[in-house]
Amino acid sequence: MYTTSDFFQFVVAGITTGAIYALIALGFSVVHNTMGIVNFVQVDFVSLGGMLMFSALLALGLPMIPGLLLAVAGVAMLAMLVERFGLRPSRSDNELVLIFLTIGLSIIIRGAMKLIWGTNRMALPPLSGNQPIHIFGAAVLPQALWIMALTLLAIVVLSWFFYRTPLGLAMRAVASNPTAAAVVGIAAGRIRLTSYAIAGALGGLAGVLVTPITTLSYDVGVLLGLKGFAAAILGGFGSFPGAILGGVILGLLESLSAGYLSSGYKDVVAFIVLLLVLFVRPKGLLGK
Amino acid sequence: MTRYDKLLYFIRLHHTGLTVCAFSALLLLYPLVQDNPYTLGLSNLVAIHVIIVLGLNLFIGYTGQISLGHAAFFGLGAYGTAIGTVTFELAPWPTLVGVAALVALVALIIGIPTLRLSGHYLAMATLGCNSVVHTVMLQWDEVTGGSSGFAGIPPLAIGAFAFDDEVRFHYLVWTIALISLLLCLNLVRSGVGRGLAAVAGDETAAEALGVNTRRSKINVFVLSAVLASVAGSLFAHCYSYVSPDSFNIFVSTDLVIMVVVGGMGSIWGSLFGATFITLLPEWIDIFDAYKDLVHGGVLVLVLMFLPQGFVTGLVDLIKTRSALRRSRHATS
Repeated sequence: MYTTSDFFQFVVAGITTGAIYALIALGFSVVHNTMGIVNFVQVDFVSLGGMLMFSALLALGLPMIPGLLLAVAGVAMLAMLVERFGLRPSRSDNELVLIFLTIGLSIIIRGAMKLIWGTNRMALPPLSGNQPIHIFGAAVLPQALWIMALTLLAIVVLSWFFYRTPLGLAMRAVASNPTAAAVVGIAAGRIRLTSYAIAGALGGLAGVLVTPITTLSYDVGVLLGLKGFAAAILGGFGSFPGAILGGVILGLLESLSAGYLSSGYKDVVAFIVLLLVLFVRPKGLLGK
Repeated sequence: MTRYDKLLYFIRLHHTGLTVCAFSALLLLYPLVQDNPYTLGLSNLVAIHVIIVLGLNLFIGYTGQISLGHAAFFGLGAYGTAIGTVTFELAPWPTLVGVAALVALVALIIGIPTLRLSGHYLAMATLGCNSVVHTVMLQWDEVTGGSSGFAGIPPLAIGAFAFDDEVRFHYLVWTIALISLLLCLNLVRSGVGRGLAAVAGDETAAEALGVNTRRSKINVFVLSAVLASVAGSLFAHCYSYVSPDSFNIFVSTDLVIMVVVGGMGSIWGSLFGATFITLLPEWIDIFDAYKDLVHGGVLVLVLMFLPQGFVTGLVDLIKTRSALRRSRHATS
């Protein structure tokens, strides 16, 4: 009763959500590489991206592309504030304390979003049109194409940044050996700030792109963010190709299990596969 | 030694036991002073949280591991009791014990592979487990009642004496909370407890000193899961109703906030943390809108300024102050 075009439909849906997970996972990995912590605020960068896009379109009346750029820049700014005034004053190197600190900051931001935008679910218009395009018998929304294209663009920009700019090289140096990086005079503060800005921009972009499909609310990022975290872990925490691979695998698993098994349990399938991978290979697929 | 010195020495030697006795006496008399069922209901909820937080603090504070999924064990306990006593019409007490044993088994199965991981991976694995358990509670509605919850759980009883009002339940739940408190107080001062603290300090060093780090992590994980399961069963009997939203990941983070606010690795702190966070909504009128801001704010402020927690932090502060004053006294 399932046809090949159904299969193709599931695959397209899987790659679309997978791309979103990959963006979020990259955000987790960037912060992990420079600071060695899980940044649970990443979860709220996603919701915030959607919220800012909503306000930019409806309150400021901006067109799509400037609205998108404003939302992404806004989230990046807020991420830098979170690092500068939320994490840096703690001056603790205890991993447990830092992780719980990001959880606390995440709860605060979620509370603030609840106060500003309320708890109602909102609808964000897609970037261009709602008319599905038919490819190989599968109906593909233009938004899905936008998601794949912009995710690819983000990955290209990110690799250019990390391999071709001095700041990017400095960040890779910190990731590979923080002590040696400090010895040659790389300023830790600026690196941390940049890593948060990148994480914020990636999370914000994911939020702007995905909320026209999911509907927008102050806590939409929680489940998406956790899946992104799962994707990062699946691919090997801190590895950029791993984050992308993990995201796509998780997205495909979810959409195939929702299509062929049960849509209610698709989250369970994703997490169980993740746990199994962790049990067999605790470092993740591409982890060092 | 005068009689006064002897008394002081006795108090110093037995200060833990005496505090526990004083605390028990206070709890024994509390319903005589306070007969408002709402307030008693709150203090019962505090006791339920105390039981979970004690176990969680052993795992997070003493052993230095991360769990963002203890609401799962809490929920398994509650749903286990609900299904056991209503669907299968089993007796409540054996169900409570049986469910705790089952949850211990589940924790063991999850713990053996998961506790090989550390830090972030462990955080992810526990979060994932909680998410799976929550989804199953929501989706498997022919057994769990789905999102509308599970009602009609009978109260616990001994013979014909049912713990069916707040005063009676107060004695039951605080007795169990005190037993857990004694268990934890004694455990952390035994060889096993010192081993756990060593694991938190430095795992390699602990291993070198002959602590079986893997086994002790699994043991304390299972113990904390059992405590959470017992608390879950009590929760189900207390409210006679359970729903999946009481056991989602936000509940897990609230439990972590209780541990951190009370002080990681402080048993008495757990008591304070559970009480403080449970009662916080009652003290702030317009709390509903600001709940997240206050919870997050408390967590962030405590972690920034008193990372060892309110109780331990303040005690340390006072100790340092008095030591400084004494040394100044001695030099002058």
